[in-house]
Amino acid sequence: MILGVSIYEILTLTSILFFIGVYGFITRTNLISMLISVELILNSSVVNFVVINKYLFPEVLQGVFFSVFIIAVAAAETALAIAIIINLYRLISSVEVKDTEVMKY
Amino acid sequence: MDISNFLLMRQEIMLLSIVLLLIIAEIFIPNDKKSSIVHFAIFLFGIHTILGFVGLSEGSLFGGSFQTTKLVYFFKNVLNVGVLIVLLQSADWIQEKVVKENKGSEFFILLFSSLLGMYFMISAGDFLMFYIGLELGTLPVAALAAYETSKRISSESGIKFILSAALASGAALFGVSLLYATSGSIFFADIIPTITASNLTILGFVLFFSGLAFKISIVPFHFWTADVYEGAPISVSSYLSVISKGAAVFILMILLFTVLKPLMYIWENMIYGLTIATMLIGNLFALRQQNMKRFLAFSSIAQAGFILLGIISGTQLGATTAIYFVLVYIFSNLAAFGVVQAISLKTGKENMDDYNGLYRTNPKLSLVMMLALFSLAGIPPVAGFFGKFFLFTSAASEGYYLLVFIAAANATVSLYYYLLVVRAMFIRKNEHPIPFFNSKIYMRLGLIVSVIGILVLGLYSPLYDYIFELNGFLNQ
Repeated sequence: MILGVSIYEILTLTSILFFIGVYGFITRTNLISMLISVELILNSSVVNFVVINKYLFPEVLQGVFFSVFIIAVAAAETALAIAIIINLYRLISSVEVKDTEVMKY
Repeated sequence: MDISNFLLMRQEIMLLSIVLLLIIAEIFIPNDKKSSIVHFAIFLFGIHTILGFVGLSEGSLFGGSFQTTKLVYFFKNVLNVGVLIVLLQSADWIQEKVVKENKGSEFFILLFSSLLGMYFMISAGDFLMFYIGLELGTLPVAALAAYETSKRISSESGIKFILSAALASGAALFGVSLLYATSGSIFFADIIPTITASNLTILGFVLFFSGLAFKISIVPFHFWTADVYEGAPISVSSYLSVISKGAAVFILMILLFTVLKPLMYIWENMIYGLTIATMLIGNLFALRQQNMKRFLAFSSIAQAGFILLGIISGTQLGATTAIYFVLVYIFSNLAAFGVVQAISLKTGKENMDDYNGLYRTNPKLSLVMMLALFSLAGIPPVAGFFGKFFLFTSAASEGYYLLVFIAAANATVSLYYYLLVVRAMFIRKNEHPIPFFNSKIYMRLGLIVSVIGILVLGLYSPLYDYIFELNGFLNQ
């Protein structure tokens, strides 16, 4: 619990973070920055879980455990996405979205 | 602590040991005999599938995180049979192409890990287990989609799949965190009594639903489907369209009918709109496809709309018809993908025009394809008709007459494009048709099993009654 900071402020912050992530995912044209946007989304829910646990339900540590698992899974996800991006880069020498669009409609 | 409790997780433990055995086999089998790993993996998974049918006991583990009921066992067996057919159909491809690049065993390891994730997802008792299962079920498939590393199209489908999957699971997670805020627990059993339709709960539910809708490729979340199906190796496409979608439908149904039942008057309306949009857009886009894989992708989107038709009624009857339809869909779609795979493996052709005159050169394959497409379209003698018929009945019994009318109209539209393929195979002439070829034993076996499934499911009614009994708990 942080003195002088209520849960509303933190939840507003994480919601903004979430929607920045969604906006970035839609507008970015680089695969790596899309990946970063996804990380923003995941991390906003990590903060959400910890804060909700700490402020509202401090008796049981469910939210904290959940956030640890999210971090681990997000790392695996990033590693795999980076691996595929590197393979793609070897084939087409680019990580721009517009260069990857062979298949459409 | 009694060790025998862990026998509730028998199927998971067995699958995990198969994965470990394959890793060991990869080390000890010499390089020139690597193709024997295909036989080994299929043999092990066949045993696993058969053993899945015996000895059912219900219960929960880890303080309720992991639950098994007879319904869950049934789901797992359905998935097992589906994966077995996928394996049989892809065995030739693996032996001819993948093993030569020396990555045969990884294919099985990734496929089985993904199936393990689906198991955990289906029998989840809280959102943590559900999330881990979802991710374990998704990530290996992304690696599989990008499996042909020398092909650009395969890598592209892999990156499209993993980025959209990550976005979807991120949205679902944010939704789960909001649900956790309102109910104070991540256990399904604790959420049920506390859930009320506050604004925060509804927002959380909608975000969570969108994550699952992505897996089932319901319409606003369907953009990845066609691209990934087209670019990925065909066995991975068929796995995605059948196993991954089936597992997501199962868990969605369990969650909607038990945990989120108090919000029913909200998700009813939501699914109403999604059903119409999914069927319409799936059908309209399927009309203009030339590539068979893309065509089957859009047809599978349209079929997802029909599955929602069973879920919307929210009754025991609706759940039964949805499960039965998924079962029929698994066999029909696998048969269609099997034929596409057999032809693509021998000739490399995947376009609808290449199928012109197929009946004259390969009559058996054309017949299998025709049966599969008739079943997907819902023409009477085969199982697909009964699946659709029961779905319409269940929705009509709850008073959704307009929806049933729209669905019936869509079924008619879908008949047109399914018959386009049939026309190409049987009626159209072609100067250079695909030459006659014989598939190997595994491919034949896979096609035969799926055809038997299509025919038997339509005629053998006790199965339907059995599913109806299993769904008894939904009646509360």
